[in-house]
Amino acid sequence: MARVKTGVRTVGAVLVAVLGVTAGLTGCSSTGGKRAEDARKAATAQGKAAVNTPRWTVGMVTHSGDGDTFWDIVQSGAEQAARKDNINFLYAHDDEAQQQAQLVDSYIDKKVDGIIVTLAKPDAMKGALARAKKAGIPVITVNSGSAESKKFGALTHIGQDETIAGEAVGEELNKRGKKKALCILHEQGNVGHEQRCDGAKKTFDGKMQNLYVTGTNMPDVQSSVEARLQTDKSIDAVVTLGAPFADTAVKAADSAGSKAEIDTFDLNETVAAGLKSGDLGFAVDQQPYLQGYQAVDLLWLYKYNADVLGGGRPVLTGPQIITKDQAAELEEYAKRGTR
Amino acid sequence: MTATAPAPAPGDRTDERLVKTSPLKKLMGRPELGSVVGAIAVFIFFSFIADSFLQASSLATVLYAASTLGIMAVPVALLMIGGEFDLSAGVLVTTSALVSSMFSYQMTANVWVGVGVSLLVTLAIGVFNGVMLTRTDPPSFIITLGTFLMLTGMNLGFTKMISGTVSTKSISDMEGFTSAKKIFAETITIGGVGFKVTILWWLALIVVATWILLRTRVGNWIFAVGGGEDAARAVGVPVAKTKIGLYMGVAFGAWISGQHLLFSYDTVQSGEGVGNELIYIVAAVIGGCLITGGYGSAVGAAVGALIFGMVSKGIVYAEWNSDWFKFFLGVMLLLATLLNHWVRKRAEATK
Repeated sequence: MARVKTGVRTVGAVLVAVLGVTAGLTGCSSTGGKRAEDARKAATAQGKAAVNTPRWTVGMVTHSGDGDTFWDIVQSGAEQAARKDNINFLYAHDDEAQQQAQLVDSYIDKKVDGIIVTLAKPDAMKGALARAKKAGIPVITVNSGSAESKKFGALTHIGQDETIAGEAVGEELNKRGKKKALCILHEQGNVGHEQRCDGAKKTFDGKMQNLYVTGTNMPDVQSSVEARLQTDKSIDAVVTLGAPFADTAVKAADSAGSKAEIDTFDLNETVAAGLKSGDLGFAVDQQPYLQGYQAVDLLWLYKYNADVLGGGRPVLTGPQIITKDQAAELEEYAKRGTR
Repeated sequence: MTATAPAPAPGDRTDERLVKTSPLKKLMGRPELGSVVGAIAVFIFFSFIADSFLQASSLATVLYAASTLGIMAVPVALLMIGGEFDLSAGVLVTTSALVSSMFSYQMTANVWVGVGVSLLVTLAIGVFNGVMLTRTDPPSFIITLGTFLMLTGMNLGFTKMISGTVSTKSISDMEGFTSAKKIFAETITIGGVGFKVTILWWLALIVVATWILLRTRVGNWIFAVGGGEDAARAVGVPVAKTKIGLYMGVAFGAWISGQHLLFSYDTVQSGEGVGNELIYIVAAVIGGCLITGGYGSAVGAAVGALIFGMVSKGIVYAEWNSDWFKFFLGVMLLLATLLNHWVRKRAEATK
């Protein structure tokens, strides 16, 4: 063991030395980084509660996987509204339907004053929603499940209809004169993803093919898209279903020497920049910030004033087609994490 | 090796070590032979099935896919020859990328400083795995499963805590980015075809790993430790040191992969990497490494990665119905592994 220790220590010492040399030689970056960000948002005020209603508790349970940028924005919208409405906001997520239902159950046990839930796998959530209703807890569904929301006894649904969003993509592709498109699905078996691609296929006059990639492995996404574009030079449009994959598709098209236009669902800072520079054609935004914000705000309105929105029909937050024209304005909002 | 063995009597042919073997038989005994045959079979198959598979640019894409996998498969294979697993290898890649990115960004430091810190942190995690394994009783499967879960949580938790979002901020406008990109994510154009620099990293790792395995004392230790830990300890092999070293090797591979991830995509998603650890192990197994340790080669693991790259991209080139993508992948991998197994059996039988 003594020899092991010495070995490890030697390696450690060498590493520290290497690091010291690196740090000494190079030092700080005068461009970009945290300092630039701080300078940018020096005067962003954190809002205070705007109302004096009791401190109600709202729990939100989504089907998000770990580290999903989209759900991060939904959550930040909900938090913002909660701060304004003097609401104690709780958030939990699990991509397994059964686990998600159990999380809803635990919020019911906690006797929260309202629940926000996504219905990506509706059947699994049916029982949980019935229990919430029995316990007298108002429920608002967001994002997915517009068809089941009312049936399951939710107050209202806030979100985008995935098929309609897909159809909007097909129409936009027609408008741009595209003939052959590729739909990149980064999660095999996700119903919403299939609906988007199917919707786009429905309205698109040209030919559209699906391509499944492993979303948790960026180099795989890139090489798969690259491979398909090399095979079929007639593909003139690539549609990705999530913002982080748009930039990767641009790189893939570049190295495959393809002229295909890259379009995407959802927005983030990189996508906004890509739209501005012309690397990307258009983005279909469903305004995730709005979904979180509205859900919390509507629960507050319901508790305070018995208000309901939508009249039993889903309140749509998308699709909004974003092109170069709006990109510059939205880039700023995307940078602060609210678009 | 200091003690001189008693010289065998001249003409004594009963000692198996003195039996002359033909070069062909020697070749048949190599662990990577099965995977090489499998790779050739897969290559020929897709050459016929998919028209565009043989284009130079397509081969560059396949090599890129194989190299990003192979950079991890080679050190993972060495670890498996040493008789251990590392289930944390997939998310460690993401950890490594996150550390460089966030350190540079938060400190507004030259990105090379972040890259250095990342190397330190990543190797420290490798040492942690190794020390935990050698100091305690549970098998590496459990230890690294623990590390896997901890890293997955820390990737997400720290990123959210420090950046405020689940992905890192772009560092592409920071000093040092361009030079670091040259090292980790450059595309080298040869004859109009762009080859990714990861291919060079991959080849370098194969050469270094093969040299260590076949030409150094450490290589003997690795085989000995994997073949039988107690026997190895009894003849004076530093078992703990060897294993910690192997985990550091995997960590080094994760560092290279992580830096590639960061510098080719500017930002890193904190949830990435889960599940990749199994693919590294699959590549090593296809390449002829025994799950039980003590047998295998770095070249084999690299060929395993190549097979995986050819199959996963070949399916795309062949334009097979993508609903069945994973199924095709599974069938191809099983066939490759079975062929590999069969060739090895034949080779051992003719010895």
